[in-house]
Amino acid sequence: MNEQALRATVEKLVRELAGSVSASAVTSTAAEKTGAAARSAAVEEGCLPDITEVELRGQYLVEKPMDREGFAALKLRTPARLGVGRAGARYKTATWLRFRADHAAAQDTVFSMVGEDYPAKHGYVPVKTLCKDKDEYLTRPDKGRRFDEENQTILKKALGDKPRVVLAVGDGLSSVAIETNAADCIKAIQAGLKTYGIEAAAVPFIQFCRVGAGDHIGELTGCEVICLLVGERPGLVTAESMSAYITYEPRLGVPESKRTVVSNIHKEGTVAVEAGAHIAELIHTILEKKASGVGLVRS
Amino acid sequence: MKGVKGELLSVGIDLGTSTTQVILSRLRLENSAGAFAVPRVEIVDKEVVYRSPVHFTPLVSDTRLDGAKIREIVEQEYRAAGVTPDMLQTGAVIITGETARKENAREVLEALAGLAGDFVVATAGPDLESVLAARGAGADKLSERERCCLLHYDIGGGTSNLALLDRGKLLSTGCLDVGGRLVKVKDGKVAYVSEKVRRAFPELAVGGQASPEALQKAADAMAEALLEAGGLKPPGRWLEHFITHKTAELTAKPTCFSFSGGVADCVWSPPSNDFAYGDMGPILGKTIRRRFEEAGARLLRGAETIRATVVGAGSHATELSGSTIFYRGVEFPLKNLPVVRLEEGEALPNAMARGLELFSDNGRTEAVCFSLGGLDDPDYEELCALARGLAAGAKPLTDRGEPLVVAVEKDMAKALGQRLAAEIPGGKILCVDVIHAAQGSYMDVMAPAYGGTVLPVVIKTLAFETKEGVR
Repeated sequence: MNEQALRATVEKLVRELAGSVSASAVTSTAAEKTGAAARSAAVEEGCLPDITEVELRGQYLVEKPMDREGFAALKLRTPARLGVGRAGARYKTATWLRFRADHAAAQDTVFSMVGEDYPAKHGYVPVKTLCKDKDEYLTRPDKGRRFDEENQTILKKALGDKPRVVLAVGDGLSSVAIETNAADCIKAIQAGLKTYGIEAAAVPFIQFCRVGAGDHIGELTGCEVICLLVGERPGLVTAESMSAYITYEPRLGVPESKRTVVSNIHKEGTVAVEAGAHIAELIHTILEKKASGVGLVRS
Repeated sequence: MKGVKGELLSVGIDLGTSTTQVILSRLRLENSAGAFAVPRVEIVDKEVVYRSPVHFTPLVSDTRLDGAKIREIVEQEYRAAGVTPDMLQTGAVIITGETARKENAREVLEALAGLAGDFVVATAGPDLESVLAARGAGADKLSERERCCLLHYDIGGGTSNLALLDRGKLLSTGCLDVGGRLVKVKDGKVAYVSEKVRRAFPELAVGGQASPEALQKAADAMAEALLEAGGLKPPGRWLEHFITHKTAELTAKPTCFSFSGGVADCVWSPPSNDFAYGDMGPILGKTIRRRFEEAGARLLRGAETIRATVVGAGSHATELSGSTIFYRGVEFPLKNLPVVRLEEGEALPNAMARGLELFSDNGRTEAVCFSLGGLDDPDYEELCALARGLAAGAKPLTDRGEPLVVAVEKDMAKALGQRLAAEIPGGKILCVDVIHAAQGSYMDVMAPAYGGTVLPVVIKTLAFETKEGVR
């Protein structure tokens, strides 16, 4: 199929899809725009409306509902894809396309990289795990938890011997989460720690980072506590969510039950600076109780 | 974390025009955020664990409350409930209706607040009373469940408090001088008539015959005022006559109506004898029901009638701060902090100085609570700038060792507080969030709960009408 034929097919497809959407009495403005775009499909230039811009909490697609207003009020409380109606036994086209678009965005996020100038901009020490690229990072989790000798030397030199607290940033599964939240969160943690008289060491930025990379840093430096900010696996709601994994006496082979986690750090969850303040207090408590994870809850 | 106390014992005391009541309520706290997130402690359950009998409010004269007798009632009820003041962690004393206009209302309330334990606060004001009565009666839940716009009337002895709720959300409040004890009857003769009723119905004179026709006319006029306030009749002369300071603004048209207060009992199940209580309450209750049904109004029954206000004070006056907060060097409880609202766009130190001036006494600035909206997902520099501004503006306070108290709406208090701590070395700081406090209100902050993670807070109005004006 040559390019022109492909284009014609896509246009036809879009016209059909858009037609079916507008015919189903959807009230959302984006859907109306889709319809308008389809009617003027003869125009070669221009662009289709971005279907991912529709606010899902405000979209209600059920035809002839018993209580539209009531359902709309419920929908405001959740980003879940409820009240989407159906076409026969299936989703409507608008719902299906949106789901595919969000899923694609999540996948894109996993494969995107934190900007090259990011560590320098924030004064972080750039290091990298054993992974040589994203593909290896995704397929070999074990390699995302260890550093080669060159990177070990950098880490030891930057962090010194037996630092009390190490704050580290790792890209994890979402680069955008890190670029959006990590720097503000780190500053808030540092400031919070200062109120307890705790100075944190230099901040490493770890490329191709799994949570276990923090254990290796603990092993190398003998630090008492590590707090690793890492991008969470993107979901269909947000790709910007970041977590903090805090471990007391991180060493190779430490069980997962020893980790204290603060998740959902993003603008719709807990905002970065407030999470940072909370994490600083948690680190202080962990140092006092000499335990993290399940051990901390039991103390 | 272990050993976290998940309960608050709260007291509610209502000094109404005709009745005085005490309830105790257990507020159960729970972290609803799950193990892997920043905690979010909320009040998940409210249970009334003790209800006092309904006492008549003791008066020395028509214009003075009997403070000693009121004290006695409260002490006696504490004994009956098996509590001492030091067991109470929060709560509210509310002085309502005509009682708030008595000469010595303020002293009585202050004396009671002392007796009611360190954590209990004095509260008054018709707006708050309307809200508490509606919540105490469960009207907010009703309107949410029925997904309707509802006007709630709490009809007591001297006043009717109105609250307009749309699907659980409060829209407006109001107050009318309509109540069951505005005319009292003894041995078939009129024993008391309120000034407003006397003006409209001169035939009801103290010492004269309490003729059923005259009482019915008065009840009809009052019901008419309620109908007009509810938008069931166009506003007319009776609404204007009985209005206290304002009626509830009908920003949305109510489709349902509910009642609480002593007269509500007479709406649903009036006593067989019209003069069983020595007042016009039964006649008024029956008249209200008939007139509302004639107007085709949909009437809903709430969970409480005569105890709605006291349950509201005990169970619904306390709210919780956000679960990430900051405090250093502050002695709890903090009481009666006047709220200075800081609006966006104002230079902070100037706005704060102006606010402090309002509440300064002979140049001596008293502790206040600075209330602000806060920032949506601020970056760290924005946070620092805000902290610098607040610290500079609070200098007149912190220099004298007074605490800087800040209430923000957005979830950012811990980060802001830690930053303030750095800006004001050694200063006393309290920073709470998820609290909205409007200019002109007052705030009380109780001792930390749930392992120190949250603070019970009561936002209130202290409206006493004195010769110098409302205070």
